[in-house]
Amino acid sequence: MSVMNIKNFSFTYPGVDHPSLKNINLQIEKNKITALIGPSGCGKSTLLRSMNRIHDLYPGNTYDGKIELLDFETGKYSNILDIKKENEFIELRQKVGMIFQKPTPFPMSIFDNVAYGLKIAGIKNKTELKDRVETALKGSALWKEVHDRLDKSAMGLSGGQQQRLCIARAVAVKPEVLLFDEPTSALDPISTAAIEELIVELRKDVSIAIVTHNMQQASRISDYTAFMYLGDLIEFDKTENIFLNPKEKQTEDYITGRFG
Amino acid sequence: MRLLINKIFLALSIFSATIGLGFLAWILITLFIQGLGSLHLSLFLNDLVDGGLRNLIVGQLILALLAGAIGIPLGMVAGIYIREYGRGKYAAFIRDLSDIMMSAPSIVIGAFVYAVAVRPYGGANGFAGIIALSIMMIPIIINTTDSMLSLVPKELREAGIALGASKYRVILDIVIKAAKVGIMTGILLAFARIAGETAPLLFTSETSNYFSVDLTESFPSLTVSIYNLANEPEQSSRDLAWAASFILTVMVLIINLLGRYITRNKK
Amino acid sequence: MEKLFQKVSFTSASLVLALLLGIFTTLFVAAKPAIDEFGLKFIIDKRWNQEVALPSDILNAETTPTITDEAAVDEDEIIDEDDEMILDEDEDDGTLTKTVYGGLVPIVGTLLSTIIALAFALPIAMGIAVFLAEIATKNISKFVGMAIELLAAIPSIIFGMWGLYYFAPIIAEAFGGYQVSLLTAGLVLGVMILPFMAAVTRDSMNTTPDVLKESAYALGATKFEVVKDIIFPYSKVGIIGSIILALGRALGETMAVAFLIGAVYSMPDKITDPTISIPVAMAVNFGEASGLGESALFYLGLVLFVLSFAIISLAKFYFLKKAK
Repeated sequence: MSVMNIKNFSFTYPGVDHPSLKNINLQIEKNKITALIGPSGCGKSTLLRSMNRIHDLYPGNTYDGKIELLDFETGKYSNILDIKKENEFIELRQKVGMIFQKPTPFPMSIFDNVAYGLKIAGIKNKTELKDRVETALKGSALWKEVHDRLDKSAMGLSGGQQQRLCIARAVAVKPEVLLFDEPTSALDPISTAAIEELIVELRKDVSIAIVTHNMQQASRISDYTAFMYLGDLIEFDKTENIFLNPKEKQTEDYITGRFG
Repeated sequence: MRLLINKIFLALSIFSATIGLGFLAWILITLFIQGLGSLHLSLFLNDLVDGGLRNLIVGQLILALLAGAIGIPLGMVAGIYIREYGRGKYAAFIRDLSDIMMSAPSIVIGAFVYAVAVRPYGGANGFAGIIALSIMMIPIIINTTDSMLSLVPKELREAGIALGASKYRVILDIVIKAAKVGIMTGILLAFARIAGETAPLLFTSETSNYFSVDLTESFPSLTVSIYNLANEPEQSSRDLAWAASFILTVMVLIINLLGRYITRNKK
Repeated sequence: MEKLFQKVSFTSASLVLALLLGIFTTLFVAAKPAIDEFGLKFIIDKRWNQEVALPSDILNAETTPTITDEAAVDEDEIIDEDDEMILDEDEDDGTLTKTVYGGLVPIVGTLLSTIIALAFALPIAMGIAVFLAEIATKNISKFVGMAIELLAAIPSIIFGMWGLYYFAPIIAEAFGGYQVSLLTAGLVLGVMILPFMAAVTRDSMNTTPDVLKESAYALGATKFEVVKDIIFPYSKVGIIGSIILALGRALGETMAVAFLIGAVYSMPDKITDPTISIPVAMAVNFGEASGLGESALFYLGLVLFVLSFAIISLAKFYFLKKAK
């Protein structure tokens, strides 16, 4: 079952005359990890960022087609491209979280960082906050390292820890979907391994879409893979098919390193 | 020959730097000698009417602080608009206007405030002085807020939005906090500058010989009084002007250095 | 809440525009009586607060260039201040006079003192900028840069005090003439704009890409040649901008010049004569002026405001295009 259906989706940046994404069709499956791969400029980040409509921070974009998000309570899909009102955007982003390439700890304490999404969602009860922060930090494999210094600034953490903090922060609001935009490309190999493990663990609670330029990472952790090239979706299939038995020549060329 | 020219050039350059430093040293030493000589405790305990400076120091600080209370929030919020909300031409236009206003002659601002807050009111008053100072402060705060906010990486804002925060929350909770130190420095530097101004006060709040916190009348000002004292023929007035100059400079430089100190690690 | 914040911040930003318009309008309105009375001739008129005799037959003419329309004059009547013209009965021979104001002397004083300041400050500021950008080591550069910035932080009235009691005597010794003079004021003004010019020039110079400099050094160029042939041409526009911007600021400087220029409404014959500038004229006279005299001061203020605005805008838009 899919949590997100992307149908005939095209996207054009403001002031640009050609679309960056052309007629994309794919699904994000529930509790699975879907990787978006392809060479630089293929549009994978653009696609990911359309899924929580963060493009709209910079007005003037043109959308075509649909991106349908499943409402867990009603079981119905609604097109997130129709969203116009401020509170609807907020709801969307509480359901579809995002982790960025550069770790982005907020200039506050570790506790306040993780609790931030909860506080703006209106949760004030101190006990509930404490519990959810603890759960989120445990779920991000960070609790052991920081439980005794939750009131210290998050800026004092290492790069890998900061990224796990960002994951905890996103996870705390209990989203349905988590979007990862090259989450480990700024990290060392050990932190990368830790985060990959974490993402696989998270799969049981959220559905995941991850952009990565690291093919090995995609083949390691993802269930589905989408290969993109110059704004087109070339092939979308189960990961083992993409890597072991690609249908398109372009896919095969990319996988075997002939370009990109 | 080329090497000789180069050597001369380097020497001239170093010489210029020495001249610059020389002037600074000359002025500071002058202040020190003249000011320290005329300094004694009674200056801080008496008001100008009794030959002291107490009312002037307190008055100048009150003027500057109240001007700050108006100018800082207005400037910051305007700066936030320009950097965070403004799209396109209007925001850029305001930014440019603000930059120009930063260099506008302070006496003209004094004349403006005189026409709108002194003449219709019937006389010099502290409010007018505060308004004049805050008008001078606003463009400086706008400029510094705008600059400091521009240094905050856009990913931080995106991360806040991605959690479902609305824009103003992201600005207040995250972006301002991230730029906090730089903004503080900017505020302190602006404050130091305002505290040392004379021209905007000359015919708005003027000065007073007496201790006062009454803003509806002419209000004691250290800077304006220095000007008046220096124009008086008596030696005692001149000594007092030097003592006041020394105190003013110390005040201004301390605030200035404090502002720079808090960003010392950030470069 | 979000909408409210947007509106509030927009309003604050628009305040800047409102202030600018307000200042211009207020100055203009306050200056209007003088503008009506003297017109543009104000700018080239040397006389300030001078009684000028009026031939009695002019009073009967319908319009004259020097009498406002509202003042329909009866020979025997003396118009009071409210009618924007002061007619005084000269005690000696009974001729009627009026007071004339002209801004030439302060305007010239402002321009000349600024030019002197620039001429003095320019070479030194350039030298300091080169020192900071290219010659000094990192630590020395930081220290000297900080010192120069402190010089900029000193309140202008302090420059006035120091200038009057310490600098002016030396200038008079060296050049003769008066201690309070155009020259003294110009030189101290120069010291005051020195830090600003040095800082902006240094920043401009630092925008020169390292690779460009390195290429020149790699060819065996000396530091002087790199500065002369690579850095200065590259940052030329920024440097000129800094000069013009410094000019704009120097125009409006009041307190130091008030101490040092002499505040005398006469055209200087020599550079070591005292004279007056617009900000000083305003500073010194505002307290006592009223009626047409006060209006004339506003006229001067308007001229200064427009002039500064124009020069600073020129610097900003033509020369200092900073990408933000």
